[in-house]
Amino acid sequence: MFSIKKGRVVVWGLFALVLVLVPQVFGSGLSITMLSQMGIAIIACLSYNMLLGQGGMLSFGHAVYTGLGAYMAIHALNAVGQGSLPLPVSLVPLVGGVAGMGFAVLLGFVTTRKSGNTFAMITLGMAELVFAMSLMFSDFFGGEAGISSNRVVGQPFMGITFAPAVQVYYLIAAYTFVAVALMFAFTGTPLGRMLNAVRDNPERVEFIGYNPQRVRYTAFIIAGFFAGISGGLAALNFEIVTAEVVGAGRSGAYLLFTFLGGATFFFGPIIGAVLMVLAFVVLSEFTKAWLLYLGFIFLFMVMYAPGGIASLVMMNLRVASFGKLKGLLGHYAALVLTGLVGFAGAAALLEMVYHRQLNAAMGGELHFLGASLDTASLGSWLGAGLVMLVGLGLFELCRRQFLGRWSVVQEEIEKEIKRRHAV
Amino acid sequence: MEFFIISMLNGLSYGLLLFMLSAGLTLIFSMMGVLNFAHASFYMVGAYVGYTLSGVMGFWPALVIAPLLVGGLGALFERMALRGVHKFGHVAELLLTFGLSYIFLELVQLIWGRTALEFNPPESLKGPAFTLVNHAVDGLRLVWGAAPANLCSAADAAVRVVCSPFPMTRGFMMLVALLMLLGLWLLLTHTRIGLVIQAALTHPHMAESLGHNVPRVFMLVFGAGTGLAGLAGVIGGSTYVTEPSMAGTVGSIIFVVVVVGGLGSLSGAFLASLLIGVIQTFAIAFDYSLISVLGNLGVTLSEAARNNSVAKLTLSQVAPILPYLFLVLILIFRPKGLLGKREG
Repeated sequence: MFSIKKGRVVVWGLFALVLVLVPQVFGSGLSITMLSQMGIAIIACLSYNMLLGQGGMLSFGHAVYTGLGAYMAIHALNAVGQGSLPLPVSLVPLVGGVAGMGFAVLLGFVTTRKSGNTFAMITLGMAELVFAMSLMFSDFFGGEAGISSNRVVGQPFMGITFAPAVQVYYLIAAYTFVAVALMFAFTGTPLGRMLNAVRDNPERVEFIGYNPQRVRYTAFIIAGFFAGISGGLAALNFEIVTAEVVGAGRSGAYLLFTFLGGATFFFGPIIGAVLMVLAFVVLSEFTKAWLLYLGFIFLFMVMYAPGGIASLVMMNLRVASFGKLKGLLGHYAALVLTGLVGFAGAAALLEMVYHRQLNAAMGGELHFLGASLDTASLGSWLGAGLVMLVGLGLFELCRRQFLGRWSVVQEEIEKEIKRRHAV
Repeated sequence: MEFFIISMLNGLSYGLLLFMLSAGLTLIFSMMGVLNFAHASFYMVGAYVGYTLSGVMGFWPALVIAPLLVGGLGALFERMALRGVHKFGHVAELLLTFGLSYIFLELVQLIWGRTALEFNPPESLKGPAFTLVNHAVDGLRLVWGAAPANLCSAADAAVRVVCSPFPMTRGFMMLVALLMLLGLWLLLTHTRIGLVIQAALTHPHMAESLGHNVPRVFMLVFGAGTGLAGLAGVIGGSTYVTEPSMAGTVGSIIFVVVVVGGLGSLSGAFLASLLIGVIQTFAIAFDYSLISVLGNLGVTLSEAARNNSVAKLTLSQVAPILPYLFLVLILIFRPKGLLGKREG
């Protein structure tokens, strides 16, 4: 037991250390904003996973709670600025949290009456309801322009004004650390355990004497609180909130990246959140087709690795702990290499199509990975197609070999476990 | 009166379009337990494919071939992707179709661009199916096709004459939807394949032991459901507007329809589609707000109440949220849906 506790202290200590030191390593303006967004996204995705991973509730409307939290927080910030609300700026995200919780109490009462597919559709309906309302009530939602504010208000506390972005980053980092710790602690509480039970077998839970509906509702409210905190931090960070924060696109992104990161492990959504910010900020700069790539990656992930990236990591850690990873490394290298070749071919084709669609006026030339392609010449198309086919064909061959090797390794591990038990 | 009839017919035709979509969705859901999140995306693809084909071969062949292509696409998706995910459970299946909706949206924008297309109905469907002529003296009467100009204008300026045309495309939409409903019902209850489908629906293992290829039946059902969505797409796209956001606007409404009607109930979906279609159409047509209603009732309001932003909203502004409010009310007062059989 002692070693596990010690391991936990080390992991949480490292997490805190990373949060503190990262701005020293990536100190540019862009990376500070990205890091702030990552902290916000981590809270949002973890709170989302409280529903998806731990409660088995597939929600299409999580942005309602982050978004409404953000709106309440920015109104609170404006009230602080006008002097009508005596609240330090650093506590404004809590206003968002309480707001998210309040809306979860209100809307969750209807949505959590059902589970499974019906729950998913009702949350979608709720999200549409709130989004349609955001266009109707422009006093609260600010219409097209949104609500903007200024976070540099009130008395500076020990010289902290929140004017420089790095100060906001540290506020977000502090909130992130506390929120992640609280959400991790939640998984160990009796309620967290019951939530897992409700996910796995609601009938049995009911027979034991619990009300699954109430368990879902309570968890939904708690998730709403953390979602609201994330929204409040976003309001502080951007100093503007527009109606898209409650939109279906945002909700979809939470779902997509929480799943990509891995809903079955606690730390999965953290990976997902980091990927989300990278995709939104970096990938969207890099290529116009990024949503399409994202869609395909998601599709393949659902088909071949439904546990997300976190499960891939954990499976390989298991293999490594039995000392069998070395035999697989060659396979991984082959998979990555052939996969990259196939992907490069497919991406070249896609980029040429996009180029034709969007930049036709600029001529047929485009540069892709150092190669110069011409959408007007047949050679470029054939070449890219050939690269893709060769890459994918070789990838499939490698994949089959890898699967064979993988199952052998898994069998060996099973045997090893049995042997240890016998000893 | 003529306003009421025309609005009612508009509402019914929109409701029937919703039914064409929700029928496929319900069919797929009750057979396979898969909630096809990409159903509205198949509708959108149907509209776009129909647009391209009607440019090549005319509207009528496109009306037949586009749904077949979309259905084929759906069957292919079921065979290649959905079947493999079945073992991971329903959430994974829903997520797979969710991912597909992203891909479809991007591909459609890639191929056909981001702006709305001019997808016009053929000549023979242009113009009104009939016109209601409300003559202040002669009363209400119905004229097939467009009303002659002399009917719509009275010689005497004191006599009020209103002509309300009903577009042929809407009539055609209703006709196709009703034919589809009839065909679906006949197929499910009166043919051999329909009986196999029903058997596979309730007792998949037994049907499989009796030598029916249940996975292939599933593939056919998925293909048929998406094909119906494609058919709705060709008709809806030419009647309303063909644009990339069409999947999003209709998609959430048809989910409301299937929940309100009762998940898995075809007749419930029919009832709910018509209800929501009519509610939405009438709401858009009325320009009353709480203030104007109270004003008409003779209530005088204070200055503050008259400037209240909630009270100032007119019914037509509230129209977009009505289906969702309806959903919430149904869930509170009748959680299994209008005609649903079991609590899910």
